[in-house]
Amino acid sequence: MAYTVRRPNLTFWEKIYLPNIVAGLAITFKHLRKMLQGETKVVMQYPEEKWDAHLPEYYRGAPTLVTDEHGRERCVSCQLCEFICPPRAITITPGELASDSKFAKVEKAPKAFEIDMSRCIYCGLCEEVCPEQAIYLRKDYAVTGENRADMVHHKDKLYELGGTMPGLVHKWNPEK
Amino acid sequence: MDFINDIPWLLIAASVAKTLFLIFLIVLPIVSYTVYAERRVSALIQDRLGPNRTGFPTSLLGFHKDLQLFLGGLGQPVADAVKFLLKEEFTPGHVNKFYFWLAPVLAMVPALSTLAVLPFGNYMFGQKMVVADVNVGILYVFAIASIGVYGIVLAGWSSNSKYPFLGGIRATSQMISYELSLGLSAVPVLMIIGNLNLSDAIQYQIDNGWLLLPFTDGKLTLRELLLWIPVGISFIVFTISMFAETNRLPFDLPESETELVAGYHTEYSSMKFALFFLGEYAAMIAGSSVIVVLFLGGWHLPFLPINTLESSTTPAGMALGLIHISVFFAKVIALLIFFIWVRWTLPRFRFDQLMKLGWLYLFEIALVNIFITAAILALVK
Amino acid sequence: MSTEVPLLNVQIDGVWLQFPKGTKVIDACSQAGKFIPRYCYHPKLSIPGNCRMCLIEMGMPKMTPDRKPVLGADGRPEIGWIPRPQISCAQDIAEGMGVRTNSPMVQECRKGVMEFLLINHPLDCPICDQAGECRLQEFSVEYGNASSRFLERKVKKPKNVELGPRVTLDAERCVLCSRCIRFMKEVAKDDVLGFVDRGGFSTIACHPDKTLESNYSLNTVDICPVGALTSTDFRFKMRVWFLKETKSIDVNDGLGCNILIGSREGKIYRITPRENNDVNGNWIPDSHRLNFKYIQAENRLAHPTVAGNEAHWKVAIAEATASLKGAGKLALVLSARLTNEEIYLAKRLASALGITVMDVVPRVGEPDGILIPADRNPNTTGAQTLGVTGKTPGARLKEIQDGIRKGTIGGLLCLGEDLLECGFTHDDLVKLKSLVASSILPNATTAAAHVVLPGAAFAEKRGSMVNIRGRLQRLNKAVEPAASARDDWEFLADLLAAAGATHALTSIEDVFRSMAQDEHAFAGLNLGKIGDLGLQLLPEVAGVNV
Repeated sequence: MAYTVRRPNLTFWEKIYLPNIVAGLAITFKHLRKMLQGETKVVMQYPEEKWDAHLPEYYRGAPTLVTDEHGRERCVSCQLCEFICPPRAITITPGELASDSKFAKVEKAPKAFEIDMSRCIYCGLCEEVCPEQAIYLRKDYAVTGENRADMVHHKDKLYELGGTMPGLVHKWNPEK
Repeated sequence: MDFINDIPWLLIAASVAKTLFLIFLIVLPIVSYTVYAERRVSALIQDRLGPNRTGFPTSLLGFHKDLQLFLGGLGQPVADAVKFLLKEEFTPGHVNKFYFWLAPVLAMVPALSTLAVLPFGNYMFGQKMVVADVNVGILYVFAIASIGVYGIVLAGWSSNSKYPFLGGIRATSQMISYELSLGLSAVPVLMIIGNLNLSDAIQYQIDNGWLLLPFTDGKLTLRELLLWIPVGISFIVFTISMFAETNRLPFDLPESETELVAGYHTEYSSMKFALFFLGEYAAMIAGSSVIVVLFLGGWHLPFLPINTLESSTTPAGMALGLIHISVFFAKVIALLIFFIWVRWTLPRFRFDQLMKLGWLYLFEIALVNIFITAAILALVK
Repeated sequence: MSTEVPLLNVQIDGVWLQFPKGTKVIDACSQAGKFIPRYCYHPKLSIPGNCRMCLIEMGMPKMTPDRKPVLGADGRPEIGWIPRPQISCAQDIAEGMGVRTNSPMVQECRKGVMEFLLINHPLDCPICDQAGECRLQEFSVEYGNASSRFLERKVKKPKNVELGPRVTLDAERCVLCSRCIRFMKEVAKDDVLGFVDRGGFSTIACHPDKTLESNYSLNTVDICPVGALTSTDFRFKMRVWFLKETKSIDVNDGLGCNILIGSREGKIYRITPRENNDVNGNWIPDSHRLNFKYIQAENRLAHPTVAGNEAHWKVAIAEATASLKGAGKLALVLSARLTNEEIYLAKRLASALGITVMDVVPRVGEPDGILIPADRNPNTTGAQTLGVTGKTPGARLKEIQDGIRKGTIGGLLCLGEDLLECGFTHDDLVKLKSLVASSILPNATTAAAHVVLPGAAFAEKRGSMVNIRGRLQRLNKAVEPAASARDDWEFLADLLAAAGATHALTSIEDVFRSMAQDEHAFAGLNLGKIGDLGLQLLPEVAGVNV
């Protein structure tokens, strides 16, 4: 359907455009003046001033792995995060838990778990998709490295960043 | 030191010295700091800070902190230059190599060449502060400035890819369109001055007050008051056309990022890209200088004594000469900041709007303006 | 469809359709585009009707007292609906029958059945290998409840039980459909599985004195609709949704079972059978499906070698041709594991080099009476059709061997075989002036060869083969060849060019087209025409039964 947009009826001064340009220049100048006089305070001086104290609960920083209160790694390497990850930053090598392990009922745990932080886009889909609540986006945002290999977070690093997340996932309790 | 003008090789040496002084000590530093100003001013207008902490990276050498040699990021242009020099000089495989390499040169050279006829000061060391004091003055400026479009067209065409090509085409039509109004809007000024030589233009303004501000000589006649109307129109048309000629926003369609990636210089990198960048800003300086010479009295400042050829070798005369040069470039810099200010205020035109403005309004206005001037000049003595 | 079978009128969800007599209701509905969920029903097995998932609402024509159907306004019989649901798998269609596949009652039934099946389910999908191709997951989403109402303790059953060398059982996931029991009894003829215990404690178990070690045991994993039976080999290796499935054929015997190759990022993880009722039905022997590890073996021939040193392909091709040309009389030994295209190119190469003596290496084993025939070469028939071997494959090998021993044959081109395994001795190989060998893995022949050309395994190339029943089938490429190994046809074409023959072969399609022009048997065909299920190339040969 053709749709006609009604154009406003402009006065002569609006038509020649120049007064409006002057008005625009006045607005930008006002911003410039306020910045110069220090009245506007929007940006932070990053390395000196940090936002850490103000980070909201829902902040999405680097993805990490967590263990439960018994020290069991919650990840069972179902690889759903690897599947959902839009930039394909996650690589999991699944492994089997030894039958004499304390958590043998879980049967499966990641042998290797790598997140390539140079690929990660902090979308949080991995956290959302995880059926075991094993992966969380914590508040680390300054992820740096001197080469590509440095930017890959391995399993140990991920558990170190993630720490412990209490709360029992009942299905692996042998009694339930 | 009049004898210099009589000995050809000394004259050439003096011209070379003036050129080197103008380009390397004045224009290129202004260019690089205009780029810095562009970033800082745009940032401030947008409530940001811009580059404010570029120092000397002593931490790379093992020190704890970087050395803040320059206050508030004034080292940024140096860092930019170093970066441009160190970047890989990459030529894509699909380009026409010869023209691809020629284009940045053609963008830079005409912009700098136009500066040759602009009197940027009065006298220093017994020399007139203009590289070539030629009588065709303003015509030379227009002639050389229009060569600048070849750099852009060749860049667009030789890059052999669509965005540069579109940018090149847009640049061509835009430059051709606005050159007309640019030239025509200068005609009334030249009619008033009665001479094409730019030094004479300044002399006229010293005698009769700046064209745009006719009261600077202390008196305001009826004729001047009447001429103020066409001169004002000329100034506006000339300035707008200058924006279009230098591809500045709101007329930066040849390189509009949102549509054309980077327009004609999409395929360029490293120093070749830097040449385009420098050329663009040098063109801005040249354009501003022309405005300053034609409308704002050049190096002249009212109430300031004027040194002469004879006095320019004395310390007092030298000081005055330096002040004149400073005045000229202060005016240029003020205009450059105006350029920047406008850029971060106005949105980009649509291409048809640009063409309509150029051909249907500015061209006609400039044309009619000539007749108004002529009438005033003929009727009011 | 043979016209002998009468067609019956059946109303499915209000639409009257015709199906041949003897069709099961569940199949009739499927053909009508109304899928009915099922766990225990499998078209190749007997019908126990024990999962109750395929319940439908069914009706028969209302009858007048004189046993004539009551006709409705549209001239069709009026249907008297049976008030209780029926299982559609155990029901043959009948004239005038009505079926409702999605009525409120049917939906309610499915929901109830799903709830019962999931009562004791451990919900360990994250670690279950079936996840992603699990009927429980699929039907739970489609027909089940979002949450469980079951608050009591779940019944604990044995987990991670090794039923046999290749199959692992997780009894908690089992829905007791008995497909595996029926398969072992009816198809594999090795009745070792059965139910033990009663009610909610009922589980699958193996005969106490036996294990599930039949060569067809892994088919139970394929037909298991849930994650109860899983392959020990594939266990926890890769999630199925990552696998790229490539339709191809098995090359371990002359039948050429149709398979799906599951690969991810250049690595093969599993091979599963693909239904083709003219060849292998739905099954494949374990020994065949697990025989893909060599493709990713550490010792794969990765680069061409000349006199034991790694060489560039161009050098190796030039050297191979030069050394063969300078070796006097030549012979060709080729493998019946090569595709038709490769054999055809080898034949052209033979004529370009003036080779007249050639044969394939026979490979014979004991037939198992189910799917494995005596001929263990996948393309013996193709080699015979292309004329590189006679009625008895390998008959001329002796002649070649004698020629080498007498010194009349100075050069030998060996494609994809180990000569020491077919009667040649190391002394014979040393006697040769020139030996050029292609292979996938290193062997005694490649060790002795002057030039070694690394080839591609079956999952790394496209091509066609003719099985023992004369059926032309197609191989497809699942993964890239290892390192700088190349598709066999590519280096054969290069050898052909180096031998002085001009050709314009730039793709496997070109090779097939050229073969179709030169070889009468393949006339008018191309790779695309073969199709996923293959086509009968030669008059059908009575062979093994499925």
